[in-house]
Amino acid sequence: MSEKRQQILILHLSQPDLNSSTVAWALYDGAKPRDEPQMQSGDEDEPPYRSVLDAMRDGWFVIQIPTLPVFLRGGEHETGHLPYEYVLERRVKLHG
Amino acid sequence: MAKVDPKYLLSAEQMAQFVFDGFLRFDDLIPPEMNEAVYADQVAGKGRWHDSEATRAIFELPQVKGIVQSLVGENPVYDHSALHVVGPHHAGAQAWHADSIIDARPFAFDIQAMYFSHDVPKESGPTLILPGSHMRRVSNASISRYKNIKGQMQFIGKAGTIAFLHQALWHCAQPNHTDTTRYMFKLRLRPGEEQRALFNTEGIGSPEVRKILGGSHPWTGEQARAENVQRAKLWRYICGDDRMDTSFEGVLTRMQI
Repeated sequence: MSEKRQQILILHLSQPDLNSSTVAWALYDGAKPRDEPQMQSGDEDEPPYRSVLDAMRDGWFVIQIPTLPVFLRGGEHETGHLPYEYVLERRVKLHG
Repeated sequence: MAKVDPKYLLSAEQMAQFVFDGFLRFDDLIPPEMNEAVYADQVAGKGRWHDSEATRAIFELPQVKGIVQSLVGENPVYDHSALHVVGPHHAGAQAWHADSIIDARPFAFDIQAMYFSHDVPKESGPTLILPGSHMRRVSNASISRYKNIKGQMQFIGKAGTIAFLHQALWHCAQPNHTDTTRYMFKLRLRPGEEQRALFNTEGIGSPEVRKILGGSHPWTGEQARAENVQRAKLWRYICGDDRMDTSFEGVLTRMQI
C-alpha cells in the first residue's frame, strides 16, 4: 500500500473569485493516526492561505469548485451555509 | 413576571446590536456574592434550574428582567435549561452547531442566556460563537464541517459574565486546558407575546442605530448585503413600525411598490 495519504483543505471564500479572501477554513489530515488531534473548532484565528489561488501556488489541488447560488423568487435575501466552498487536496507521506 | 421599571429596558442601540450580532453580553451585571452562591451549587452538583435557588435568583435581578422583557416580553415561557460541564483537561472541542431544529418562524425568536459563575479565561474553554450567524438557515449540526471562521469569538471573561443569544446563533464548547471544571448555565426562554416594541424604542431610526445595523461581519463576504436586508426586516418587526427602513439603499421601501 502506498505510504501517501490524502489531506483535504476546505477554504470558504468571500466571493466566487478564487483570488478572493478566505473567510473560513478546515483541514482534515488523512496522514495522521486516529489518536492525533485534527483541526478543531476555534483553534486558529488566521487562515493558512489568503485565497484558494495562494493555496494552489503552495501545491494544493482544487477538487471541488462550488456551483453558484440559485436565487428563487421570494427567497433572494435568505442565507444559509457558507456558499463559496472550495475543496483542495494534497497527497503526503504518512506522518511520523 | 411583573413589568420592570422602564429604566431597565434595553435601549434602541443595544437592541440594534443584538439584531446585528445575534447576542448581547454583559460583564458587570451580576454581583460577586450571587456568582459565588451559584458556583457553590454547581460544584455541589445542584446547579440545575430547578435545584438551584441561587441560579433562579440571577433571573430575578431587575437588570436581568429588563433585558429579558426587552427581548421576549413580560411573560416569557420557560423552554428548557441545562448546566453544561467541561471537565479539567478535556482536549476535545465541540463541533459548530445551532441549537434545536430549523426554526420556521419568520421573525420571532427564542433567547438563550449563557451565564458563567466563575472566571472563564481562554484556557478554560468558554463557549465559542460566530457573531452575526443568527440569520442563517442551517440545521443543527449541518455546519459541523466548518472549523475556523473569521470573526469567531469566545466568551472570555470574569465571573458573572452573562450573554443573551438569539436561538439560531452558531456556537460550540471549547477545550478546557485547566485543572478545574468549567460550568456554563444555559436558559432558553420563548416569547410570551409578539416581540414588537418591547424595548425602549426611543431613537430606533437614529444615525447611531443605522450605523450599527449597516455594519458587516468579516466572514459574510459578498453576502453582507443580503444579511443587511434580513437585519432590516427583523429590525422593522421588533420595532413594531412597518415603515421603518434601515436597509442598504432603502431597498425595503424601494421594493414595497
